[in-house]
Amino acid sequence: MTERYDGVSFEDRMATVQFSVADTAHIVVDGDKCQGCTTKACVSVCPAKLFVPLSSGGVLFNYEQCFECGSCYVVCNEAGAISWSYPEGGKGVVLRHG
Amino acid sequence: MAEDFDVIVVGAGPAGSMAALAAARGGWSVCLIERGPFPGSKNMYGGVVYPRILDQVIDRWWEDVPVQRFITRRQTMVMESDRALTVDYRTAAWGAPPYNGLTTYRSDFDRWLATKATEAGATLVCSTTVTGLLLEHDRVVGVRTDRPEGELRAKVVIACDGVNSFLAKEAGLYANFSADHLTLGVKEVLRFDPATIEERFGVTGREGCDIEILGATPGVLGGGFCYTNYDTVAIGIIAKLPSLAAAKVRPEDLIANLKAHPAIEPLVRGGELVEYNAHMIPEGGLKAMPQVVTDGMVVCGDAAHLTLAAGIWLEGVNFAMGSGLAAGEAAAEAISAGDWTAAGLGVYRTKINSTFVLKDHEKLQHIPELVLSERVQFAYPALICDLVEELFTVRNPTPKPGGIKVLLDKARANDVKLRHLAIDGLKALRSFR
Repeated sequence: MTERYDGVSFEDRMATVQFSVADTAHIVVDGDKCQGCTTKACVSVCPAKLFVPLSSGGVLFNYEQCFECGSCYVVCNEAGAISWSYPEGGKGVVLRHG
Repeated sequence: MAEDFDVIVVGAGPAGSMAALAAARGGWSVCLIERGPFPGSKNMYGGVVYPRILDQVIDRWWEDVPVQRFITRRQTMVMESDRALTVDYRTAAWGAPPYNGLTTYRSDFDRWLATKATEAGATLVCSTTVTGLLLEHDRVVGVRTDRPEGELRAKVVIACDGVNSFLAKEAGLYANFSADHLTLGVKEVLRFDPATIEERFGVTGREGCDIEILGATPGVLGGGFCYTNYDTVAIGIIAKLPSLAAAKVRPEDLIANLKAHPAIEPLVRGGELVEYNAHMIPEGGLKAMPQVVTDGMVVCGDAAHLTLAAGIWLEGVNFAMGSGLAAGEAAAEAISAGDWTAAGLGVYRTKINSTFVLKDHEKLQHIPELVLSERVQFAYPALICDLVEELFTVRNPTPKPGGIKVLLDKARANDVKLRHLAIDGLKALRSFR
């Protein structure tokens, strides 16, 4: 579902940001650990909305449009559920108006 | 084993480029490593570069700095539902050299500053991620990168690797890296005709306006900002991460809410979104800082948690530049003296101790917590608006009420205890004296 406000969909919002996507993911989520998580804080804080809760209790994520802010692993309350590092050199977000 | 460089600086943000510049000017070989394709490509900020540190290293820096606007109008706004009180200060003096503050895009500014470092002799290597430290007997002797055979050895490593600083963590310098001390900043950059910006913000030419906002994030501990670039306006919020997570509010919805406020909507109406971006900010102040010196390594800028988030003062780039400059000089002096252990590099700590870099943080150490407290965030904005509204509402034929009575009435109406007002007021006064 496309959520809109202000005439700009979230997809259009993210389309304003340039990414040079790496082949390998710099975020790894251990889905088993997410099963027991009741807060799913990563879902609400990630400014790029990369984490989506699943009805099975887990979390679906993608790394491609990541701002590399680190908020997800910082708020994660299940130790070790989110492994996060920087993407390989030259890859990832490229901000022009930061 | 021989070193590849005397000094390796990790991260070509304002801290890293200043460090590289200073160490190179000290006569040592310097490698400045940046993981982005160019300096600034990973960076965003909340609006104003305060340039006094630039005076110390770059003669007449304003002649070639990539500037959007020079801030000549500075506002602090307290908002609540559909009301707002604004303190609005303007002075033409800030619109002339040496200038008090400027807005810029970090992709331009950080790249420019890195060029100053390379002109001083530093070698800039982009598109290279530092993946860890080279350690020998618990002593930092270099870094690992993601390049093939990418180990680089140096006498001194200067970690300017940003708020997430994996290097400071790996070296065991962070006792206390926690969401409690971190905020998320998100912003939108909206394009306008420059004439529209001049009209709406009451500025001309390269003059600009910066608005900092308390009460911008209802239900979430945080704040807001809005500032002018040449042909764009940046509008954004910061939110304390645990509070944002608990409220289950989306960051972009907080921006949307701020943009709809009657005090802000007329400023940002109709802008075309040219970029949405986000960054984590270290806002814990002195209490959240790591150790900044160890054997063979010093830590600067956001990596050292040096952003100042103290209410009316919201500064980061200048603290990054100030700490980076001190670190580069310290590294150069330590190498000259032949001792780059923690003892030899201790001169970095001495340097930042004697300038604004640590002095401001010491003076204002209680303010970040106060500003992001529940009372200041959720009770005081409405109380302030109530007081001002009562002050300016004319109730003829009823005579004007006494000030004390209004304060007592409004405090009660907002569930604010005078005892708490006094405590918070004293805390603020003690810090600001």
